[in-house]
Amino acid sequence: MIAEIGLAVLWMAAALAALQLIAGIIALRPKGAQLGTLVRPVAVMQGVLVALAFAALVTLFLTTDLSVKLVADNSHSAKPFIFKLAGTWGNHEGSMLMWVTIMAVAGGIVALVEKRLREDTLIATLAGQAFVSLGFYAFLLLASNPFERLPEPAPEGAGLNPLLQDVGLAFHPPTLYVGYVGLSIAFSFAVGALVTRDVGPAFARAMRPWVLGAWIFLTLGITAGSYWAYYTLGWGGWWFWDPVENASLMPWLAATALLHSCSVLASRNALRAWTVMLGVVAFSMSMVGTFLVRSGILTSVHAFAVDPERGSFILALLAIYIGGALTLFGLRASTVTEGARFSFVSREAALVFNNVMLCGILGIVLLGTLYPLLTEAMGVKVSVGPPYFNPVSAIFAIPMMLVMAVGPLLRWRQDKAGRITWPVAIPALISAAVLLGIVLLAPRVSLLSALGLAIAPGLALASMMPLRGRKLRRTPLATWGMVVAHVGIAVALFGMASESAFSTEKLAAMNPGDSQQVGPWRVTLQGIAPVAGQNWTALDATVAASYDGGEPTMLHPQARTFANPPGNRTESALKTRWNGQLYTVLGEEGEDGRWQMRFWWKPFVPMIWYGGALIALGGLLALLGRVSSEVRRLVATGKIAYRRERQGR
Amino acid sequence: MSAIKPKHQRLVLLVVALAVLIGAGLLAAYALSTQASYFYVPSDLVAKPPEQGRAVRLGGMVERGSIKTMPDGVTINFMVGDGKARVPVRFRGITPELFVEGSGVVAEGRMEGPTFVADNLLAKHDEKYVPREMKDMSKAQAKAVIAETK
Repeated sequence: MIAEIGLAVLWMAAALAALQLIAGIIALRPKGAQLGTLVRPVAVMQGVLVALAFAALVTLFLTTDLSVKLVADNSHSAKPFIFKLAGTWGNHEGSMLMWVTIMAVAGGIVALVEKRLREDTLIATLAGQAFVSLGFYAFLLLASNPFERLPEPAPEGAGLNPLLQDVGLAFHPPTLYVGYVGLSIAFSFAVGALVTRDVGPAFARAMRPWVLGAWIFLTLGITAGSYWAYYTLGWGGWWFWDPVENASLMPWLAATALLHSCSVLASRNALRAWTVMLGVVAFSMSMVGTFLVRSGILTSVHAFAVDPERGSFILALLAIYIGGALTLFGLRASTVTEGARFSFVSREAALVFNNVMLCGILGIVLLGTLYPLLTEAMGVKVSVGPPYFNPVSAIFAIPMMLVMAVGPLLRWRQDKAGRITWPVAIPALISAAVLLGIVLLAPRVSLLSALGLAIAPGLALASMMPLRGRKLRRTPLATWGMVVAHVGIAVALFGMASESAFSTEKLAAMNPGDSQQVGPWRVTLQGIAPVAGQNWTALDATVAASYDGGEPTMLHPQARTFANPPGNRTESALKTRWNGQLYTVLGEEGEDGRWQMRFWWKPFVPMIWYGGALIALGGLLALLGRVSSEVRRLVATGKIAYRRERQGR
Repeated sequence: MSAIKPKHQRLVLLVVALAVLIGAGLLAAYALSTQASYFYVPSDLVAKPPEQGRAVRLGGMVERGSIKTMPDGVTINFMVGDGKARVPVRFRGITPELFVEGSGVVAEGRMEGPTFVADNLLAKHDEKYVPREMKDMSKAQAKAVIAETK
C-alpha cells in the first residue's frame, strides 16, 4: 500500500510542477498577472508531496518490504538499521528520487521565504525550477520508477555492495546531492532574472544564500568522500582524479567562482553577465556530473545501473537545460547592462582574476574527464590520471593562491598597490624562507610539493591580515567566514603537499612477532585472529605500533568477508597523531604462512580534511552573517512600517 | 591606474577570460596528448611497444600457473596473455581479492626493459563492477571462443 501511495503522490507532485510552470508562464504575460498568486502555493505543495513520496520509500526500506523490486534488489533483512536507511539512496532509483525531493523542497522554501526579489522575477525563477524538476520527474516516473512491485515478493533481498556498507554512505550522497541540487536554485534564479531582465544586486542577494548553502554542502561532500575513499579503499590515497571525484569537483569549482562573483554583484553591482553565466555553468556541471555517474558511461562503484536508455535520457535532459539556458543567455546577454566600473588594482579585479583561474581549472578537469570518452568514440582507449591533472591544474591554481593572498587586502573599486606593501611582504617572506629551506634541506621534494608547502603558511598568514586593525568582536560574520575559509584552503594545501612530499611506505610479508620500521613508527604484528560482526566475518590483525620508542598503541586492520551479497573488503586501521597518521592494511596470507602487511606514515595528512572542514565552516559563518543581517533588516523595516501605521492613525 | 570606460572594461574582461580559457584548452590538449595513458592488450604491446617508462595500462588474462611470489613475500611475477602474445608483469603490493590465475586483469604501470612493472592491479571487483576495458575484453574473448568452436 505504501508503495502505491508513494507513486501516486509522486505523480501528483509532477502534475503540480507542470501547473507551476504553466501558471508561471501565463503570469508573466501582460494579461495573466492574476495567475501569479498561484505559483508560490503550488511550489510549496509540490515540495511537501515529494517529501511524502521520499518518506514512503524510506519506510519501505526500513521495513524491508521485499515485494518492492528496488528493496529486493538492494536491501536485506539482516542489514543493520543505518544501512537499511542509507540503502534508500544507495541505488539508482532511490538516489534520483532523493534528487527531485531536494529540488522540490528547495523550490518550496524559495517560494515561502523569498520576499526581496521583484515578484515577476520570482515567478520566472519558480517556473524555471519547475521546468528543471519536470525533466527529472519524467526520468523518474518513466525510466526509473522506485516503487515498482515484483509479481511475487522475493524470499530475501540481494543486499548492498560491501563497499557501500559504511557509515560514510549514510551521509556522503545526501550531502553531495544537496550541493548539486542547491545549485539548481542558482540556475533558476539566473534564468528567472534573464527572462524578466532583472539582473542586478537584488537578484544576487536573493541567490547568494543558496549558492553559499550549496557550496557548503559540496565542500563537506567532497571532503567526506575523499576521507571515505582514503580509509575504505585501503590504497592510502585521498584523491585519485577518478571521473566520479571530478564530477563533484567541477560543480564545486564553478560554485566557488559563482560565490565570489555573486558577492561582487551584490555589493558592488558589477559582473552582472558573468554572474548569470556562472549560475548557468554551475548547475550544468552538476548535471554533467550526474550524467557521468548515473549513465553507466563510467564503471565504478558509483555506477549503480549500467543502462544505455537511462544514459540517453539524462543526456537529453542535459542538452535541453544547458542548451536552453545558454540560448537564453545568448539572446539576453546584450540587454544586461554592465554595472559599476573598477580599476586593475582593486578587489574586484583580484576576484575576476581568480574567477577566470577557477574557470581555467574547471576547463582542464572537464577536458581531462571527457577525453577518454572522446577517444573511445574513435576506438582508442586511454585513461587520464595524476600526471595530467596535477601539473596542469597547478599552472592555474598557484597564481590563483597568490592572488587569493592579496585580494582581500585590496579596497573595492580602486586601490594603490603601495598601500598594502607590508601586509603582503611579511607572508611573502615567510613563504620564500620555507621554499629556500626545502630546497636546501630536502632537495628531493618535488617542485609542486615544495611550492605547496611554501605557499601554505604565507597564504594562511595573509588570509588573516584582513582582521588586522579591526575590533574582532565587531568584525562582521561574513568577513570571519572569508578568513576562515581562506585559512582552510591553506591548511588543506599544506596537508596535500606534506602527504605527497613526506609519506613513507612499508610493504612486507610478516610472521607474528615480526617488526618493521615505518618513518618514526615501530610496528609489530602480534597475531591474526578471526572475528565476526553483525553481517560479516573477518581476519583481524593485532598490530602494536609505537611512535619514536613510546608506549605502543594497538591497531586492528581487518580483511572482512560479507555474506549478503558475497564480497570482501579490507578495513584499514588508522592511528592519528597531531603530526600525521599511521595507516595499516592487512593483506593476504602467503604460501609460506607469512602475512602481507602494508603501512604508511603520512605526516600532516589529516590537515587535508581539517582544511576542508574549515572551508565549509567559513561558508557557514558567511551564511549565518548574511541570514542574520537579512533578519535584522526585516525586523527593522517591520518596525518602521508599524510606527508609520501608528503615526498615521 | 585610472578606471576605464565601462564599455571597454567589459570588452577587456571578455578578451582576458577568453584568452585564459583558450590557453587552458590548448594546454590541456597538449598535456593530454603526452600524458594520457593508453590501453594495450599483450599482442599490441609486443607488436608496438610504448616508450620505456611512459604510463600505460595493460589488460589480459593472467596465465594459469604463472603467478610466482618472490622471497620478500610481497612481490609477484606473472604472465598476462591474450592468446596471441604474452607479457611478463611484476607487481609489488597487495593484490585485489579477485586477482586469480585464469581470470582477467588490468594493470596500470609502465614498461621497464621487457617487463611490465605494475603500480596497481584492477581485477573484476564483483559481478556488478567490472573495469570497463575488461568488460569489452571478455566480450571479444567470448567471440573468439565462439569462432574457434564453430
